[in-house]
Amino acid sequence: MTDEPPLIQLEAITKTFGEGAAAFQALKGVDLTIERGDFVAVMGPSGSGKSTTMNILGCLDVPTGGVFKFRGVEVQALSRDQRSLLRRRYLGFVFQGFNLLARTTALENVELPLLYRGEKKRERRIAAERALDQVGLLPWADHTPAELSGGQQQRVAIARALVTQPDVLLADEPTGNLDTERSIEIMELLTRLNREGITILMVTHEAEMAEFANTIVHFRDGLVESIQRGARSARHEGVSA
Amino acid sequence: MIGITILLAMREIRRHLLRSFLTTLGIIIGVAAVITMVTLGRGLTASVQEDIAGLGSNVLIVFPLETDRGPPRAFDEDDIRAVEQQIAGIEAVAGSVNANAIAVHNGQDWATSVQGADSIFFAAQSIDVIEGRGFSAAEEAVGRDVCIIGPKVVDEIFGTGDVLGEKMRVGPVSCTVIGVIDERANAVGGGDDPDNTVLMPLKIVQRRFTGGTDVQFFVIKYSDEYAPAAVQSQLIELMRERRVLQDGQDNDFNIIDTGEINDTVNQVTGVMTLVVTAIAGISLLVGGIGIMNIMLVSVTERTREIGIRLAIGAMAREVRLQFLTEAVVLCCFGGLVGIVLALGLSTMLAGLIDIPYLFDPAVNVLSFVFSAVMGIIFGYYPAHRASKLDPIDALRHE
Repeated sequence: MTDEPPLIQLEAITKTFGEGAAAFQALKGVDLTIERGDFVAVMGPSGSGKSTTMNILGCLDVPTGGVFKFRGVEVQALSRDQRSLLRRRYLGFVFQGFNLLARTTALENVELPLLYRGEKKRERRIAAERALDQVGLLPWADHTPAELSGGQQQRVAIARALVTQPDVLLADEPTGNLDTERSIEIMELLTRLNREGITILMVTHEAEMAEFANTIVHFRDGLVESIQRGARSARHEGVSA
Repeated sequence: MIGITILLAMREIRRHLLRSFLTTLGIIIGVAAVITMVTLGRGLTASVQEDIAGLGSNVLIVFPLETDRGPPRAFDEDDIRAVEQQIAGIEAVAGSVNANAIAVHNGQDWATSVQGADSIFFAAQSIDVIEGRGFSAAEEAVGRDVCIIGPKVVDEIFGTGDVLGEKMRVGPVSCTVIGVIDERANAVGGGDDPDNTVLMPLKIVQRRFTGGTDVQFFVIKYSDEYAPAAVQSQLIELMRERRVLQDGQDNDFNIIDTGEINDTVNQVTGVMTLVVTAIAGISLLVGGIGIMNIMLVSVTERTREIGIRLAIGAMAREVRLQFLTEAVVLCCFGGLVGIVLALGLSTMLAGLIDIPYLFDPAVNVLSFVFSAVMGIIFGYYPAHRASKLDPIDALRHE
């Protein structure tokens, strides 16, 4: 275990948008290490750099400076297509706005990542049904997003992220569009998935939701302000939905 | 990967059925128009060629012409004899005259035209007697009061029933019907409608209708082995000599070469088909631009979807291929529907304007391939735009 590099390593990451006088430095040297199996909540006010960091961690964006290693591989050296393949293989995304394909059934939405993996029809279906079952939505497999509640849509989105059995699940404000009750359901689901072995990185501005995480990282002004490890409150221990 | 991409494209098209249909409407109409025009053009050419074939092949028709020296001068028997004897390669020469007359039978009267025509004329003009018989040599020699009538005359005067052996009055002559000719699309002399005619031996028409032994025009059938130009130039020389034309005087006669008419008509129908097809082709091009337009709108509208696809690991070329495939599938679909539409349309129109329907596999295949190529050409730019989107911006897109 000790030989294995950390899952994610950020060293002196900087990110600058724009050029010259209009340049804006969003990240000013972020150092962060995330171990496999962790559940990390990233918090901070708007403009603190938490979204930029998530985009870099999600391999959707590349840092301007510093070193980002994912499973020991330097991501900034990869091409756009290589980063696509990395996302396809190791990452799952959950967004605030659910981002399901409209007029497409839950099952087809969940199958989508597998299509890009070139899996056979039968295997796609089995895996998609298993993922929907994991989030408790198998009975809704044939429903389109319009026929599902917000909480259900987010669970379909989580199933879509899970279906490829990724190493890391990146969730950007996953409860941002949900009421408290649904939010807690989603957080309990994420906690359970984390227990089953998946590493979770979640951006949130709700302290209540961050309490579900094991590690809470606070951002401020483009820097990591504090890292709170082993933060999972006793109140949420033992929760398994 | 292609299979998956086609599957994705089909799903996308299914998600927007109405819009997909409206988008391809341009292609559908374009393909249908091109195929219909080419098919009808071919039918028209075939139909006109058939009409011209009714004039006979290797046939020259000689008419007198009005000149500034005076009215048209008719030809006489000696002219015909001279042509027969003095020009190489002549197989038959037959003169003809015609006159308008009222035909009467059993109190029914009908305005028709009488044409004097011997069996040589029948042969040179490819006139088929489908009922009864043609004129005998004896009937022609004395100009007997027998007649062979066109199908229209049968309809108008006799209605149904046997017409052979019936007596009818045509102008001043009472004659016995001995034959009926086939419908003809075209003919020389005998009025506007070749089916509304009464044919009698030349001699009786000359004697009772036109007077004298002159002929109004004559037809010449010549052998294949002789060049039409050579036959024509000899004919012109002979006729100028016989009609005592000085050097520098215009011909007071005109020679129509059915072969030349054929060439001209082919040329005209060919050009017509080309022009109309080009116009139809422009509509196909407009259809392609329509595809590009909708695909661009679609890319903008589906920016977020593209962001999702990129986030879950689609490569740029997969996104590009997806949109390109959508455009090509739409165009192919449009092409297929267009072919089916063209099939119905050209059969219907061919029936309506009374020309044969000639299915042309080449133009159908070509139109289909062309519409697929249009999908590639007009689908590429929108697809390229889609593939170049930044996943973060795309995901943020509202």
